[in-house]
Amino acid sequence: MTVHANPTETPDAAPAPRSSSPPAVSGTARRSAAGIWFVLPFTVLFAVFLIWPLIAGLWASFTDRSLAKEDSSFVGLSNWVEMFGDPAVWQSLWVTLLFTLITVPPLVAIALAMALLTHRATARIGWFLRFSYFAPFLMPVAVVTLIWEWMYQPEFGMINDLLATVGIPGVSWLTGEDTVLPAIALTTVWWTVGFNYLLYLAALQGIPAYLYEAAALDGAGAWRRFTSITVPLLRRTTTLIVLLQMVASLKLFDQAYLMTNGSGGPNYAARPIIGYIFESGFTGLRIGYASAISYLFFAVIIVVSVLQLRLFSRKEDAA
Amino acid sequence: MRKQETTGSRSAPVLGRRAFLAAGMAAAGTALAGCGPADTVLSGKQRLRQWNLFTGGDGARMVEMHEAYRKQHPGIDFQPSTFQWGNPYYTKFAMGAAGGRAFDIATLHVSRIRGLGAGTLLSPVPTDLLAQHGITRDTITPNIWDKCTIDGELFAIPLDTHLMVNYFNRPVCEEAGVLDSDGNLVAVSDEDEFFEVCAAVKEVTGQYGVVTDTTHAWRPFWSLYRQLGGELTLEGELGIDDDKALRALDFLRRLSQDGLAPKSSDGAATPANFQNGIAGLMLSGNWELPTLKDAGMDFGMRPFPGIYGEELGQGDSHCFVLPVRREPDEDAVAAAVEYAAWMLKNSVTWAGGGHVPAYTPVTEGREYADLQPQANYRHAAENVQFDPSAWFSGSAAQLQADAGAIFTGVHTGAVTPQAALNRFKRAAQNLIDTTSPV
Repeated sequence: MTVHANPTETPDAAPAPRSSSPPAVSGTARRSAAGIWFVLPFTVLFAVFLIWPLIAGLWASFTDRSLAKEDSSFVGLSNWVEMFGDPAVWQSLWVTLLFTLITVPPLVAIALAMALLTHRATARIGWFLRFSYFAPFLMPVAVVTLIWEWMYQPEFGMINDLLATVGIPGVSWLTGEDTVLPAIALTTVWWTVGFNYLLYLAALQGIPAYLYEAAALDGAGAWRRFTSITVPLLRRTTTLIVLLQMVASLKLFDQAYLMTNGSGGPNYAARPIIGYIFESGFTGLRIGYASAISYLFFAVIIVVSVLQLRLFSRKEDAA
Repeated sequence: MRKQETTGSRSAPVLGRRAFLAAGMAAAGTALAGCGPADTVLSGKQRLRQWNLFTGGDGARMVEMHEAYRKQHPGIDFQPSTFQWGNPYYTKFAMGAAGGRAFDIATLHVSRIRGLGAGTLLSPVPTDLLAQHGITRDTITPNIWDKCTIDGELFAIPLDTHLMVNYFNRPVCEEAGVLDSDGNLVAVSDEDEFFEVCAAVKEVTGQYGVVTDTTHAWRPFWSLYRQLGGELTLEGELGIDDDKALRALDFLRRLSQDGLAPKSSDGAATPANFQNGIAGLMLSGNWELPTLKDAGMDFGMRPFPGIYGEELGQGDSHCFVLPVRREPDEDAVAAAVEYAAWMLKNSVTWAGGGHVPAYTPVTEGREYADLQPQANYRHAAENVQFDPSAWFSGSAAQLQADAGAIFTGVHTGAVTPQAALNRFKRAAQNLIDTTSPV
């Protein structure tokens, strides 16, 4: 991207001294007119598929728009008032936040551990590790949830069978109120950790070997080298991974929907807020109300992202 | 075309980038035009777009029927589309019908015709036209015909009934001594008798007596509640008989807590538990029949046990509905009604999926009587227990989803029947208080 941006900037800067002469003005105008045509396709797509839905969604949240009706009418703030008094909104928002809390740390830590393992592995086994760590990420969500649903089966699933061999009684993974969300979290970690792993692996390969060599000569042990070289030099990558991962975890829906057969789990213990938006909008046909909840959730994501960026950039400044 | 290009190697490069793009645009344009009615006009055929929600065994049987239909109707340009049952289907249905451009005829669950806009999205069926094809209240199971009728107008053409039934593993039940002289599962007349049967079966399997989908307990709950004579009013103040609901829920609790049924068994695991002999009996919908048959299992089916009286089972009905049209198209309506009538008359194929045809000349016929084990629960269909009427009630609608999420804890022991009932009442009242989006 930057490589392409530079040449376009230079011609723009170059004619600046000539701008006093009359013909150059029309030339710049012609040039910028030409520029519009380059920007237009993206701008149109951006406006049609992002700006317009954003506005339309906000507008819908003030109406009683329904999937089963053609016309809708303005209802003021009634969707918003209903939303703030709806315990299901807060309960499902909590499910999403809880899921984020329990998935982000392992998804970052395990990815780092796997990257360190692979980074040090010899070429002979390295390709195999890279492949096997990343492979689950390539699977579609429907396949992943299908595999894990059968593994979690209480009567004949693999996990309870394994537990039984060491004498632990069976657990009703996906039908227990306390186990369903951790079970989905475990599946998610297995499924998506490969992406973070790849980012970490690339970052590790960017740390020059001579730093470790010099530190080793100075008598730094393995742990010291890890905490004083690897971790600080990975900080930028970690910031990126944590941010991406938090947004990804907040977006929880598909695996939770599939693994609870759309029911939201026992007593809604695994119904994330997007699940509730889906339920209100598509099962309940109430698009207006669903739009209001999505705007609440939109605000939550923005607050979380800004807080997180602030938090991390301060740390970086301090370092 | 391609041959000419390759032989005339010199002329091949003439097809430049622009020509290629232009040709591509033209091709795309033709393809787009093909979607419109233009080709119908050109071919002189009557277009008939049908939407359905049948996949798996049902889907295969529908395709089989459609092939026969096409052969007999060369003048119809028949275009069926299949979508996944549940939200994926109902959502598209509502949007398609609201747009008024999607289909000429669609399948639906009878329990959803109120929720999906009878009168606003769905148009009444011309009964005179239907009668010309021999379909009247006299040739349809009466309770289903009545369920399709709202305020005196018929809004759906019922194809079948499907309901909760009792499956039994024949060898296991024989060993447990719970088969009668005809080789069918014995009838029970109260809770204790049913528990005794389950206990005897459990002795043989070594694990469980019976299995039912614990994550979708609405169906057994409604069956039992209706057997007790319970009513559910979903207008204004929620009307529910607490004692009867508690009795039904407590029955489910006892099944799991006494170890007669798994505490947890979801939609996919339930037939698997039955098929693997983990449980010798299964309370489930008749649609599992093809799967179990294909597996080569030796099993039988009978109506849902009469634990509290009559052998009533929760169920529903697949039906055909017509959309409200912005511009009247009598030819399309006529073709749609003729198609629906044809499907009803040929529904003995459909009965292979375990569903009981709604068209009585089929169910009273010789061919159907020979179908086993379908013929064993045919009479139960005449008294199928539909879900209560409301826009949020019925197949895959919110009330069923809420009941599923809440009642599953009764099986696992996480909540008492009383607590579950309270939660369910709150959820139901909440839905009642929501302004109807239809």
